[in-house]
Amino acid sequence: MTGDDAHWAFGTSFVDPLAGVDTTLPDGVDGGELAAYCLMLGDDALVASHRLAEWCSNAPDLEEDVALANIALDLLGQARLLLARAAAADPGAVPPLPAGSPVPGEDALAFFRDADDYRCVRLVEPENGDFGETVARLLCFATWRLALLARLVDSRDPVLAAIAAKGVKEVAYHRDHAARWVVTLARGTAESRRRVRAGLRAVWPHRAELARTHPVEARLARAGVAVDPADVVAEVDGVLAQVLRAADLDDLGPCAAGPVLDGPGGRDGRHTPDLAALLAEMQVVARAHPAGRW
Amino acid sequence: MDTIVQEDLQEQFEATLARGDRIEPRDWMPDDYRATLVRQIAQHAHSEIIGMQPEGAWISRAPSLRRKATLLAKVQDEAGHGLYLYSAAETLGTSRGELTEKLLAGRQKYSSIFAYPTPSYADVGTIGWLVDGAAICNQVPLCRTSYGPYGRAMIRVCKEESFHQRQGFELLMTMMQGTDEQRAMVQESVDRFWWPALMMFGPPDADSPNTARSMAWGIKRDTNDDLRQKFVDMTVPQAERLGVRLPDDGLVWNEARGHHDFTPPDWDELAAVVRGDGPCSAERLAHRRRAHEDGAWVREAALAFAARAEADRAGEGAR
Amino acid sequence: MSAEWPLYEVFVRGKRGLNHVHVGSLHAADDTMAVRNARDVYTRRNEGVSIWVVRADAITASSPDEKDPMFAPAGDKVYRHPTFYDVPADVPHL
Repeated sequence: MTGDDAHWAFGTSFVDPLAGVDTTLPDGVDGGELAAYCLMLGDDALVASHRLAEWCSNAPDLEEDVALANIALDLLGQARLLLARAAAADPGAVPPLPAGSPVPGEDALAFFRDADDYRCVRLVEPENGDFGETVARLLCFATWRLALLARLVDSRDPVLAAIAAKGVKEVAYHRDHAARWVVTLARGTAESRRRVRAGLRAVWPHRAELARTHPVEARLARAGVAVDPADVVAEVDGVLAQVLRAADLDDLGPCAAGPVLDGPGGRDGRHTPDLAALLAEMQVVARAHPAGRW
Repeated sequence: MDTIVQEDLQEQFEATLARGDRIEPRDWMPDDYRATLVRQIAQHAHSEIIGMQPEGAWISRAPSLRRKATLLAKVQDEAGHGLYLYSAAETLGTSRGELTEKLLAGRQKYSSIFAYPTPSYADVGTIGWLVDGAAICNQVPLCRTSYGPYGRAMIRVCKEESFHQRQGFELLMTMMQGTDEQRAMVQESVDRFWWPALMMFGPPDADSPNTARSMAWGIKRDTNDDLRQKFVDMTVPQAERLGVRLPDDGLVWNEARGHHDFTPPDWDELAAVVRGDGPCSAERLAHRRRAHEDGAWVREAALAFAARAEADRAGEGAR
Repeated sequence: MSAEWPLYEVFVRGKRGLNHVHVGSLHAADDTMAVRNARDVYTRRNEGVSIWVVRADAITASSPDEKDPMFAPAGDKVYRHPTFYDVPADVPHL
């Protein structure tokens, strides 16, 4: 890891995100599978971060501009580490670039993969909507991610374990931030209550996908490397129910079972159209200069 | 007001300045001093906030994860800087809300530079290098400005701003080591930003009627032309090191003066931009207005929630 | 709607063993939000281990001199005696 608590984003010299970290694969773990798993968690963080960063200069007040940017920076840091771990675990997962291209593996993964190759859940993809919808989505996402990372600190892959340990502290704050806003808006004015309720309703259908287990997650969970999302369903539902109670929005219900998502989802590369649009924008400069140095 | 007391206060105020001491919020100060400070600090704060936009537009398209984070952190800093400066203005008895209203109504200004477009990703580097470089020239002397809260805000701003300029220079340097296309991007961006950067120091001293008084009050520490000259002298060797050309055929070292001679920018263009007729002026204000108005229901909700919680606590206390 | 969140003053303990020092101010709807905003705004470069916030209108200030009460404008609104951070020796010149 980068050593101390200092935010790596503030450095200006190029630093290999995994410099000094032993990236040897744990016994019996397939590099391709580990890379696939890192892409799932990394893509979740990258896309969620990108959306939150869109709030920059658009937030309800300057203080919130700063707060949302902090959250986006935390998630971007996690994404960078996870994509670097994926590239190290399976160099074959990295999209091919022109010979001599200086683009590092994590950037090749972020900027030269098409939507079909992204592995994020659909929850993080849609356009932001209003502030009510954004905090509803963040509540859902951070609650789920915190439950996953809290278990991932015991991963047999020391790199994943270290990334999770750093992430737990960050995401606990994200969850708290979102929960406070949901409660504040729900108990603020009639208008804010209407809006946050609409936001929660817009986000809710995506929760079913968070409870599903992809075969890669199942196999790596058995190997002690990954977390099976099925194992965190009860915890996530419990936390969300608690927030909804505080918000006096019990009627939305935790909907533990949720609407079943049929067929393949984001983890299989089947995404909402919003992701393709997001990536078209995010990747435009990098792809125009495949041999570029940044 | 009693004239004798008034003179006494004026004398104390001037004695404080003469000692090189700072004026603090609860001190007596002349009305004009207060008004000049509010105008300057507000303009400065507005510049930070409006300045989030031209670069912020590239956060979604930054071509590496490291650059994406750096840029987001930088634009976030600008929100913080605006916030520090609005706070300094609040010690003078004005509120952030009032100042924002004045900005949106076009009654207060922001730096002319942010009325220019940023059509190229290289502009992120150029803004860091030239625009933040010019801003630092302006701002470092303000750390010693006579009004305490303003000076302290500037110390904090300058401390953080050095990262901004360095990341910009480093981005351009890296791009200059990349492909031919990237080098062309850098040169094109520098060509566009050179003249607007020179304008950032304001009109020539002869046309800057407030300068003398602001300097006498210690609000301003250097004249526009002195700062502009300093900026040019600083930038020339940096440009050489980068391998870019500054787009001024009249730019030459003058041995006798010990400074570079250079062609002044188009002052009519600056006047137009300051009037609000810059290429992106309307767009910048519209963006700010939209964010402010879209956020109103959230700010209102948080106040309503706080009032309710307060009432609940009071109710419990009464029982 | 022009409702403004109240102003808070922020004090940060830079590290263990030091006093909380006034670093600036910010707006928040309530005390809890003020602490959280202070964390985001004033400690994003790891500048602190502990934060105090207090509503600016709850601060009672001594007057810098005896004439002050008569002439300080809007004395109830202009409350601060901010000190921000100590001046660093390395304020960058470039």
